Amino acid sequence: METKNTNPQEDLIAIRNMMERSSKFLSLSGLSGVFAGICALVGAAVALFFILNSAQITTTAQEVEGVCCDSLKFYLAIDAFVVLVVASLGAFYFSFRKSRKAHQPIWTKSFRSLLGHLLIPLVTGGVFAIILLIRDNVQLVASVTLIFYGLSLVNAGKFTFGEIHYLGLTEIVLGILAGIFVSHGLLFWAVGFGVMHIVYGIVMYYRYER
Amino acid sequence: MKNPISNLQKVFESRIRLGIMSALMVNETLDFNALKELLELTDGNLASHLKALELQEIIVVSKQFVGRKPSTTYKATEKGKLLFGQHLNALEQLINR
Repeated sequence: METKNTNPQEDLIAIRNMMERSSKFLSLSGLSGVFAGICALVGAAVALFFILNSAQITTTAQEVEGVCCDSLKFYLAIDAFVVLVVASLGAFYFSFRKSRKAHQPIWTKSFRSLLGHLLIPLVTGGVFAIILLIRDNVQLVASVTLIFYGLSLVNAGKFTFGEIHYLGLTEIVLGILAGIFVSHGLLFWAVGFGVMHIVYGIVMYYRYER
Repeated sequence: MKNPISNLQKVFESRIRLGIMSALMVNETLDFNALKELLELTDGNLASHLKALELQEIIVVSKQFVGRKPSTTYKATEKGKLLFGQHLNALEQLINR
C-alpha cells in the first residue's frame, strides 16, 4: 500500500474499495448458488416422484432412516429440511474456499451482519411454514417459504453483492405467484429455489470470479 | 471559484489514514483487529496512524473488556465525518476540473 499520493482519481477508487470491502461480504461465491439450486431441484424431484407418489411412500420410509410415520407432510418437511441443510453447507464451503483463495478472513463483521439480517426473516418464515404444516395448510407452504426467503435476501442484500437483492425480489414475485396458482406450488418452488439459484449463481460466478 | 485544493485535508494525504476513515464511514465502529485485516498492516504501523487520527479528533477510541479480553474500538467523530466529506468533495472537484 502506497503511503503518499497526489492522484485524486486513485484516492477515490481506494476509498470506494475500502468502503465496499469493509461493509460487504464479498466472499459469497456464485458456485454456492449453483449448488443450492441443484439441491433444490433434487429435493423437488424427490418430493414429486417419491413422496407425492404415495404408492412409493413405503420405500421412501426406509430411505429416511426407517421413520415409522406415513404422513405425507412429514416427509415433505424432512425433504425440505435436508435440502436446506445441504445447500447451506455448500454455501459455506464455496464461500470459505473463495475467501481462502483471496486471503480474506471469513468471520468478519460484514459476514455477521449478513448472517443476522438473513436469518431473522428466514427463521420467521421457517417457523410459519411449520405452523402451516401443522394446521394442514400444506398448499401454501411453497408460497410462504419463497416469500420469506425472498425477504431474507432483500434484507441481507445490503451486505453483499447487489445481485442478491434482485434474487430476493424474484423469489418474492414467484412466492406470490405460487400463492395465486396454489396447485402449481411445487413448480414455483422448483423454479424459485432451483432454477433461479442456478441462474444467479452462474451470473455472479462469471461477473466476479473469472 | 475557490481553489478546491484548499479543501484537501492534509491528514488524509496518507492512503492508510484515508483507508481507515473510509472504513469508519460505513461501519459504526470497528475494532483494531478488523482494521488490521482490512488494511493489511502491522500492529505498530496501524497504531501510529490511528494515534494521528485520534490526536486530530477525527476518530475516538474506546477500550472495554469483552469477557477478559481487552478490545479497542474506533469510531469516526462528527468532526472527522465533516472533514472527510470536504476531502471527498475536493477530490471530486479536482477530477472534474
